[in-house]
Amino acid sequence: MKEHHNHAVQRILIALSAVFLTVMLIFPLVYVIVTAFREGIAPYWNAVTDEYAVKSILLTVQVTVITVVFNTVFGLFAAWTITKFRFRGKKIISTLIDLPLTVSPIIAGLIFVLTFGRQSALYPFLQNAGIKIIYAVPGIVLATIFVTFPFVSREIIPVLTAAGSSEEEAAALMGANGFTIFRRVTFPHIKWALLYGIVLCTARAMGEFGAVSVLSGHLRGKTNTMPLYVELLYQGYDFTGAFAISSILVVMAIAVLVLRSILEYRGKKSEEQS
Amino acid sequence: MSYYVEMRDVNKHFGSFQASKNINFGIERGKLIGLLGPSGSGKTTILRMLAGLETADSGDIIIDGKIVNDVPASRRGIGFVFQNYALFRYLTVYENIAFGLKVQKWSKQDIKNRVEEMLELVGLAGLGNRYPNQLSGGQRQRVAFARALAPQPQLLLLDEPFAAVDAKVRQELRNWLREMIRTVGVTSIFVTHDQDEAIEVADEIIITNHGQIEQIGTPTEIYKHPTTPFVAQFIGQSSIIEDFSRFKGFQNVKNAQRAVVRPEYISVTKQGEPLKYPITVEQGVVEQSLFRGNEMELKIRVKGTQLTAKRLLDEAPIAVGETVNVFIYRMYAFDETNAYVVENVSLSSPDSIVI
Amino acid sequence: MKRSKQHRVIPGFGLSLGVTMAMLSIIVIIPLCSLVFFSAQLSFSDFWETITKPRVLASYQVSFLTALCAAAINTAMGLIIAWVLVRYDFPGKRIMDGLIEVPFALPTAVAGISLTHMTVENSAIGSFFAKFGISIAYTRVGITLALVFIGIPFVVRSVQPVLEKIDPQYEEAASILGASRRRIFFRVILPEITPALIAGFTMALARGLGEYGSVVFIAGNTPYYTEITPLLIMGKLQEYDYAGATSIALVMLAAAFLILLVNAVIQSRASKIVSGIE
Repeated sequence: MKEHHNHAVQRILIALSAVFLTVMLIFPLVYVIVTAFREGIAPYWNAVTDEYAVKSILLTVQVTVITVVFNTVFGLFAAWTITKFRFRGKKIISTLIDLPLTVSPIIAGLIFVLTFGRQSALYPFLQNAGIKIIYAVPGIVLATIFVTFPFVSREIIPVLTAAGSSEEEAAALMGANGFTIFRRVTFPHIKWALLYGIVLCTARAMGEFGAVSVLSGHLRGKTNTMPLYVELLYQGYDFTGAFAISSILVVMAIAVLVLRSILEYRGKKSEEQS
Repeated sequence: MSYYVEMRDVNKHFGSFQASKNINFGIERGKLIGLLGPSGSGKTTILRMLAGLETADSGDIIIDGKIVNDVPASRRGIGFVFQNYALFRYLTVYENIAFGLKVQKWSKQDIKNRVEEMLELVGLAGLGNRYPNQLSGGQRQRVAFARALAPQPQLLLLDEPFAAVDAKVRQELRNWLREMIRTVGVTSIFVTHDQDEAIEVADEIIITNHGQIEQIGTPTEIYKHPTTPFVAQFIGQSSIIEDFSRFKGFQNVKNAQRAVVRPEYISVTKQGEPLKYPITVEQGVVEQSLFRGNEMELKIRVKGTQLTAKRLLDEAPIAVGETVNVFIYRMYAFDETNAYVVENVSLSSPDSIVI
Repeated sequence: MKRSKQHRVIPGFGLSLGVTMAMLSIIVIIPLCSLVFFSAQLSFSDFWETITKPRVLASYQVSFLTALCAAAINTAMGLIIAWVLVRYDFPGKRIMDGLIEVPFALPTAVAGISLTHMTVENSAIGSFFAKFGISIAYTRVGITLALVFIGIPFVVRSVQPVLEKIDPQYEEAASILGASRRRIFFRVILPEITPALIAGFTMALARGLGEYGSVVFIAGNTPYYTEITPLLIMGKLQEYDYAGATSIALVMLAAAFLILLVNAVIQSRASKIVSGIE
């Protein structure tokens, strides 16, 4: 009797979760694809091969690559610094690294406007040097880096903290240099976590909207990334176009999720082995 | 002096905590030294300072006649075995042992020869392709040992080398390690909190407490002639006696009021059994009797103090509540700073039998 | 007896700290300093006037209420989902686990247009709800819906690991002592996961307050009714009113930090209870 009752509770809870997730997460995904193809293949193809669409895709790729490279380099150095050494101010550095996660993307955009915009002390200097940051590609890149800043380091730091530093100490005692220690001893530990961080960072960098929206200036074909281009099309009532471009982002998101679960699985497996 | 390793007036703080206070000692070449003390007594700090993993606040560290205060860890010519071994988890046993040699740019052939020699030495020949997680605890320890010794260090440091293996393997490893170090002939220092381990393995023991060195000596000296109250109480299984001169056969020594007595210095006999020294025998009541496998452990109340004594299994059994004769051969009396050996006067009187 | 120079065993401290600080400065420290610098130049009366305008006050209400509702829904559903994922075995479990991350991976703007287009009154779902007099798109319900979407992973991912770590012996002990399943859940398990629930709730709340991309489409942005605070900042920026934008941004930052601070206090209390250190 009791067993039966538990079974019922279990089924209700599983069903509730499944319905909630289907409605909240799967519907919107499927809806994007369905709407993108509602008028057939040809309009879809026209929308994604439109000159401005292609330009927005290329810009997004460009911004994403720069962001991921920057944040990966940063993540590796920051994780090494934070987990392998004792020094003062470590806590402050960790807090500052995680700060972008708690800041609204609009405010992220705002602080770069304040730093490089017309009222900034840097502005005359940038103007003379002919460097345009706000309402140009560098601004978009900076905003995207900011929003995804901790993504790589956050994945690596817990793994390195758990692994401890005694392997590195042992290697250093034997006279190995920093690069050798990193390559031979540390890197095998963080391989999967690093890839996972890179994947997450890529996903968020492609899709960033708020902060980029502040800094872009919305110049069609020049400073419109894919999400901004989607907004532009949607507000122009070109729903097929908006959803067609979105469908590319949806496919990328699904690819990211599949990769994520593969990496998580591999990472867990390699941790168990050690 | 012909010391191979020396520390002179070394001090070390971690924040406001003083981990080492005026550490002074010297070690001769080829010796196997045990650094013994309770946890938090500063023994590991001493080892890490020797290795160069920590930097002393003041004082000098001398290895082979050279002050090495500013010599980085990697140039001190030491091998280090970490408590958890710190084997490189993602490298094979072979690669682990070869690591230090590769860093020192040995030739491929020399590395191969040396690694195979080391594998042979530690009895792991043929396991070079395994990863550390595929080995047992004892085997990992052997790999750690081989890895530390491969680059031919002049000094081997071991941090709690037996802590990570289970009790049965530990005994076996102790003997193995002692023999191995003798064979290689490398000066070695190991840290331990286990007195049996130190007494059994080391040539000489350095006892630390509260960041200071309490006593340095051979295991026998440490055991038989503790010089400080801490050592007297720390070594052996000791009961503490207040105002020990109440006991027959013991007289006050200097300012010492308290003393410790170990079970092996107590002889317990049943009423009616013959007594060697009838004059200085005390009477006690057995409060507890515990079977310890190879012997009986008795808790006996004598003059208000509970003492622990041992009795062989083939002797006549003693029941709880029984009144017995208790003879104490020796105690370690101590005051605030020193410990003294005090023997029962009957032992030195002319008509007694010397044991 | 010279004091020897502090050296570190693992090499590369100077280089890695240098690179870290340089990159951190460009991306976080300098922009943050310019915010502080610019804020210091604001006159207090202007600042106060900006942040207390009725339309701005109304936007706080919209943002806060919708974020609070969404975070509450997500806390309840997040607990159930985490429970289901940890305790039960059923076909499709791994897919469900992977789905949780959709809101992290899907660009917010895409989620925004999809949810909006699905729920406007002439759409299938929108017209269904319209029969009951409920409109979703361009109302606060719509904003809440969007915030539920982006907030789902926070509670699940915060509760899940804690739930996994609970030693089954606790429950076994409680059930041997005769506790009912309901009692075990409320007296044994819930206290263990409450800190994680609160952490997930506060993260979802803080994220909801600042969210822009998914909300801006579905909100309709009617002043006093569905205009969220981040959108007001955006508007000020488009008018080049940096002082106004910064003033409102400071209020939002203060709110976000307050929420995170409350969470930090709760978390440290909870860990004190567990570890027994006062």
